Amino acid sequence: MNAQTETNSRELTYSEAIREAMDIALGNDERVILMGEDIGVYGGAFGVTGDLVEKYGTDRVMDTPISELGGAGVAVGAALTGLRPIFEFQFSDFATLGMEQIVNQAAKLRFMLGGAVSVPVVMRFPAGSGTGAAAQHSQSLEAWTAHVPGLKVVQPSTPEDAKGLLLAALEDPDPVMIYEHKLLYKMKGPVPAGHYTTPIGKAAIRREGRDVSIVATAIMVHKALEAAETLAREGIDAEVIDLRTIRPIDRDTVLASVRKTGRLICVYEGVKTLGVGAEVSAMVAESDAFDFLDAPIVRLGGAECPIPYNPQLEKAVVPQVPDILDAARGLTKGRI
Amino acid sequence: MPELPDNVPYAIRTYSPERLRDAFLKMHLIRKFEEGAENSYTRGLIHGTMHLSIGQEASAVGACMSLTDEDKITSTHRGHGHCVAKGADVEKMFAEFFGKETGYCKGRGGSMHIADPSKGNLGANGIVGGGLPIAVGAALSAKRLGTGAVTVCFFGDGANNEGAFHEALNMAAVWKLPVVFVCENNKYGMSTSIERSTAVKRISDRAAAYAMPGVTVDGNDFSAVTEAVDQAVAHARAGEGPGLVETLTYRWRGHSKSDRNRYRTKEEIADWQSRDPIVAMARLLVDHHIVSEDEIAAVEAEATTIIENAIAAASAAPDPKVEEATRDVYTALILDEGTPA
Repeated sequence: MNAQTETNSRELTYSEAIREAMDIALGNDERVILMGEDIGVYGGAFGVTGDLVEKYGTDRVMDTPISELGGAGVAVGAALTGLRPIFEFQFSDFATLGMEQIVNQAAKLRFMLGGAVSVPVVMRFPAGSGTGAAAQHSQSLEAWTAHVPGLKVVQPSTPEDAKGLLLAALEDPDPVMIYEHKLLYKMKGPVPAGHYTTPIGKAAIRREGRDVSIVATAIMVHKALEAAETLAREGIDAEVIDLRTIRPIDRDTVLASVRKTGRLICVYEGVKTLGVGAEVSAMVAESDAFDFLDAPIVRLGGAECPIPYNPQLEKAVVPQVPDILDAARGLTKGRI
Repeated sequence: MPELPDNVPYAIRTYSPERLRDAFLKMHLIRKFEEGAENSYTRGLIHGTMHLSIGQEASAVGACMSLTDEDKITSTHRGHGHCVAKGADVEKMFAEFFGKETGYCKGRGGSMHIADPSKGNLGANGIVGGGLPIAVGAALSAKRLGTGAVTVCFFGDGANNEGAFHEALNMAAVWKLPVVFVCENNKYGMSTSIERSTAVKRISDRAAAYAMPGVTVDGNDFSAVTEAVDQAVAHARAGEGPGLVETLTYRWRGHSKSDRNRYRTKEEIADWQSRDPIVAMARLLVDHHIVSEDEIAAVEAEATTIIENAIAAASAAPDPKVEEATRDVYTALILDEGTPA
């Protein structure tokens, strides 16, 4: 970020930052349209689209019927033929109904057609637990889409990145899936004014450290940073990496950090097995960074169950700050 | 063209002899393409499967008569005919069928994904119902960008029981989009008959649920298909919204290569073969003095030559390079080595 934009930085919520990005995009590019359930006068289930319909009208801020498969497909078809749709799934869980169009169509059309077309569609997925909405409204299924070549998958953790990654996604010629953690919508942070992009495929080092690398996604970045402060008081210097993009993963940043610290904790809210942590761990295990490891890798992910309703249970099944502290203390015990 | 009386079939009244001859040639090209594909399979020139549209030629060609290259189509797994009807080059189609670098999809797509965006063909689709919402999206683009283009969405009777069908028709109607849904009802979704799978007698009856006109026509009657689709296209182009046309037709061959035809009788197949759409088209053109009997044979011979040349050229074309297997997954993706892509 240059000095000019820094001076124009204001405090916005994550939700406001996304709305500002959409506002800029709608204002700059006639091809941009928003589609989704109740994104018009209702303003979106989480209020993210807000009053954009008043500014741009119902032709460009389109309420769709409750038709996730059809709606996603219309967005794909529109992207294929000249528009730049931003499609909101009301809850990321509902994208399971639209997976056909995401996985079989959006991700593969370019490849299947030998490069003759591209599908510049942006899809937004409010994801994650913590709202008491239970098993069908709280999932973190980002690894599903990250498993599909042809898609790009991002998970912004800050208001600044929420805006920058959305604007980058709109400039990207390929389909970009944006997973927004619902508990972050009200989080405030500095957001540069005007148009800027945050690069897709680049992780951010949120805190530098020497003793242990904590690679985190979405809301877990904040839990990792909180843990790092406590660890610092105990003499453990944690490095916190915000992956930001999980397809493609920024391999260089992760490996460089592990070479430096020799210890790796991966923290993510999706179910622990076969998820982001498995991929990050394998990247390390398959590279020269493996030789730098002083301790086994630790994965902290969601428990092997659907998200429960009861608030104590809901909290218990996803990684929390004490889990990160325990892991970091265990890895560094007697060794630093 | 002088006004012709209403008892003259629509296609004859509406299109020039040149257009009609061209349509007849396209029908032959489809038939010969499919026969050539089948023969190539038998000779071991392709791997994978294919879904042949022999018997459905009038539906594909008739539905595309009033479309320009700006107008879009979406197609199905049984899509060779739609591709030819929309003006594709059969040599590039065969090259794709043979998996060659010179094919429409550079050998990455094969039979089920042939597309020709330069002619408005957004592609065949391996997912039943996959093209329906995409067609609605293309129509949304046309309306929003003011291109005046219409999208014709081909699908089969099997797709009419997919959720995507209902969602797509509903949205097209709610937003009054320029899209025409053409259901080629060939009586079977793989082996399951329409009677055993679909609650309504006519698929076009389902149009009423989405407040759009729906009509069923003899899909082997070129003029009847053309008349119904042209009317729906004109309606859509005028901003009056979508329509549904059901064309009753029949695939002479099995669903795909593994089909043993255990779900239908030889008599049924023979009955439909006696109503060959190409024979009917020849009769139509001769009866109305568009082409002579001699020319009928000449058109077929022309198609045979075009297909033979296309197969020969496509067979000789180069295969894609193995080291380029992952090309075109992304438009531009900068990845360091080893990153999963």
